[in-house]
Amino acid sequence: MSDDPLRIADRTLSSRLILGTGGFANHELLAQACRAAEAELCTVALRRLDPAARGSILDVLDEAGVAVLPNTAGCYTARDAVTTAQLAREAFGTDWIKLEVIGDDRTLLPDAVELVGAAEELVDDGFTVLPYTTDDPVLARRLEDVGCAAVMPLGSPIGSGMGICNPYNLSIIIERAGVPVILDAGVGTASDGALAMELGCDAVLCASAISRAHDPVAMARAVALGVQAGRMARGAGRIPRRRYAQASTPEEGMPAFDVPGVSQ
Amino acid sequence: MNVTVNGEPRELGAGATVASVVQMLDVTPGARGVAVALDGEVVSRGRWGDTRLSDGSVVEVVAAIGGG
Repeated sequence: MSDDPLRIADRTLSSRLILGTGGFANHELLAQACRAAEAELCTVALRRLDPAARGSILDVLDEAGVAVLPNTAGCYTARDAVTTAQLAREAFGTDWIKLEVIGDDRTLLPDAVELVGAAEELVDDGFTVLPYTTDDPVLARRLEDVGCAAVMPLGSPIGSGMGICNPYNLSIIIERAGVPVILDAGVGTASDGALAMELGCDAVLCASAISRAHDPVAMARAVALGVQAGRMARGAGRIPRRRYAQASTPEEGMPAFDVPGVSQ
Repeated sequence: MNVTVNGEPRELGAGATVASVVQMLDVTPGARGVAVALDGEVVSRGRWGDTRLSDGSVVEVVAAIGGG
């Protein structure tokens, strides 16, 4: 266990990168990415059983030594999300749920009203709820108020690779949250993960940036290192931004080269 | 009786249970990451064998896939 563990509800994690498992070309690539990312927690989804499917993703994740975080991806109503969460609890034997309630099929942005309703119902039903939310500080607060174990604001839309579009809102969420803040969605490359952590996020969830990269295994490692670097930099304390230069070399003791009476 | 399994119409004999449907889909007993909803309500694995379907039942059988 690292000396800087992440605590969410009753769980302690060494890794601050949560890996999304969607979009990998095959299970072998996913297994390699899990190892390269040093992930301890991976999201999984539920879909209609395909009798022709070969090998369960659960065996792959077991082999890689990671725990599963089921999601409710694709749900558009609180009712569907709650039922999906209950199916996930049955299928995976965990009461942890990454709650997604989508409001629009082009932006895949969360439906705030349905999301809060579903979160409240699932918390009451004993779930440990990690909701995917917008970068709206008020909505994040509402989700924390109904008992969510963490909040997962987006940096930008799912799969967009646009990074963190509103670092100011994200900072407000971080400053005011009493639960862990996990950046979810929008990461495009390693520096986005680093920025999230520098801003003070507790962890980063990354799926498409890794699974759809030209070399997913290398990108998994790169994002993991970015997240680690950002966490370290946050702890180290960055210098304030200023509009004018501040010399790093002292002016004191500067030699003078002017010779009296001689014009240059 | 006529039921719907994962969106497809199916004809099953009288007395069919959730377990019959799961078996029909070639799910091995003890298969991991599988769950069932009957008419929108989750049926826990321990109750598959004694949960009977009725005409018009809607069954969803789901399994784990990769997803963000």
